[in-house]
Amino acid sequence: MDIYLPIAEVSVNIFLILGMGGGVGFLSGLFGVGGGFLTTPLLIFIGIPPVIAVATEANQIVASSVSGVLAHWKRGNVDFKMGAVLLVGGVVGSSLGVWLFTWLRALGQIDLVIKFSYVVFLGIIGALMLIESVKVIMVKRRRTGVRKKLHKHNWMHRLPLKMRFHKSQLYISAILPFIIGVLVGILAAIMGVGGGFVMVPAMIYLLGMPTSVVVGTSLFQIIFVTANVTILQSVNNQSVDVVLALLLLAGGVIGAQFGARAGAKLNGEHLRGLLALMVLAVCAKMSYDLIVRPVELFSLGAGGH
Amino acid sequence: MKFRRPVIAISVLLVTIMAAILSATLLRAQDLIIDLSTPVVAITAGFSGTDLLLFGTTRGGEGDLVVVVRGPEESPIVRRKANVSGIWINDDNVVFDYVPSFYALASNRPIKNFVPDDVASIHQIGTDQILFVPQENDHGNINVTEFSDAVIRIKQTEGLYSTEEIDLVYLGNGLFRTLVHFPANVTVGTYGIDVYLFKNGELIDNQTTLLNVRKFGVEAEIFNFAHRYSGLYGVLAVLIAVFAGWLANVAFRKG
Repeated sequence: MDIYLPIAEVSVNIFLILGMGGGVGFLSGLFGVGGGFLTTPLLIFIGIPPVIAVATEANQIVASSVSGVLAHWKRGNVDFKMGAVLLVGGVVGSSLGVWLFTWLRALGQIDLVIKFSYVVFLGIIGALMLIESVKVIMVKRRRTGVRKKLHKHNWMHRLPLKMRFHKSQLYISAILPFIIGVLVGILAAIMGVGGGFVMVPAMIYLLGMPTSVVVGTSLFQIIFVTANVTILQSVNNQSVDVVLALLLLAGGVIGAQFGARAGAKLNGEHLRGLLALMVLAVCAKMSYDLIVRPVELFSLGAGGH
Repeated sequence: MKFRRPVIAISVLLVTIMAAILSATLLRAQDLIIDLSTPVVAITAGFSGTDLLLFGTTRGGEGDLVVVVRGPEESPIVRRKANVSGIWINDDNVVFDYVPSFYALASNRPIKNFVPDDVASIHQIGTDQILFVPQENDHGNINVTEFSDAVIRIKQTEGLYSTEEIDLVYLGNGLFRTLVHFPANVTVGTYGIDVYLFKNGELIDNQTTLLNVRKFGVEAEIFNFAHRYSGLYGVLAVLIAVFAGWLANVAFRKG
């Protein structure tokens, strides 16, 4: 059954979109990741214009982050003060990102930048995850413990504007989380992702936040950043397709439930290795498209009137 | 429409006047009558393309017929990719004005057999006769023809320009019919349908009718809303997402 998407102006199979939302939802339930970095490339692969894919995915992430953050909030795993500093940075960054997006679109280079960003980030994240999971599997086999320094004092602690974050048990400068927020905001706007895959490691390794509050706090921030992206994309590019977002969402909600159940029964480290391989596969497909000579060198765009 | 060169403007004006006089004299004869199965193509939720039936009569005499369906004019920007340090990126571009967004051609036999070159050129009969007017005159050493050829090629792959002449069938007594396909990605707007009647290689009559391609229903409402009240649309999109997220959380807790 085909459905005509009003903003993308293409007709797609309704079950394909539901299935895709379900599949990615299953994976996000399984691995506890946002899934934006998988949905956006998949949408592009099936022929949704990249500009629409990125903006619509931001809209969908608002929903998945809200449902995620409610669960974490109930368990008291959200550092609202830290989240507020991050989101101020995130709103600044995502506004900058949408502006950059609109400018690159006018230049005719937005598709390239979207694909290139994916290649770079999926490549790095996929490789890191693969190394990490292989390491953990090896370590477990050798049955040795690894000791890490919990807290290291360095140049970051000499920055001004220090703030106390009770929930995270930190007394650090607000500048660092602000900058992280800005960078993640730019990524969210250009790549159509929540940015959790960049922010979570940054919060743990750069800010030194306790892992228990990291996911909830990052989800809290992502809601506002992706909401800002959704509104700005609507205003600047009219590229948010609510019908597409709702279809992805419906599939995603159901998929996530099954994913979470399946995840409880499976070996975590092997799963992470699998996810890493999948991320690298998407990255490889994207690089292939950029490097191999395209069959059609020309493309049509909406021109000036 | 505005024309850059007065010569073009004057010649177009002359051709129009001549065509008007010609058709006015022939109209009295009413050799050609045409109609469509529907004057409106509606793009609704389930739209995945549609066929339009065009029928008519030549009043007994069976001349050669050509039907040309032209979509609303647009100004596409055509970009060409070039390999820059190993990556294929958009490089040169040309903008064309007055390009038909849709072009379909139907005839009862191959048009090269009976349409004279000058007539084909004036009426732009055939994809190779479409006039591509670059928005700017100076393109350095870029070959503009490569870019206009690309427009035709891409439009053909998208099903928006016909690759070969569609069959037009005579049913007897001058009654004819043809089926024109509109794919899901058609541009909305007013389409012009021109029917040309030839006898012994001479254009003796032509008729024009209009077709309206419109979005209908929820799809149209959403599209118009997104473009007219884009800020409010964004805010609503966020609110819907927040509500859906909350709903998912409630459902998940119970499940």
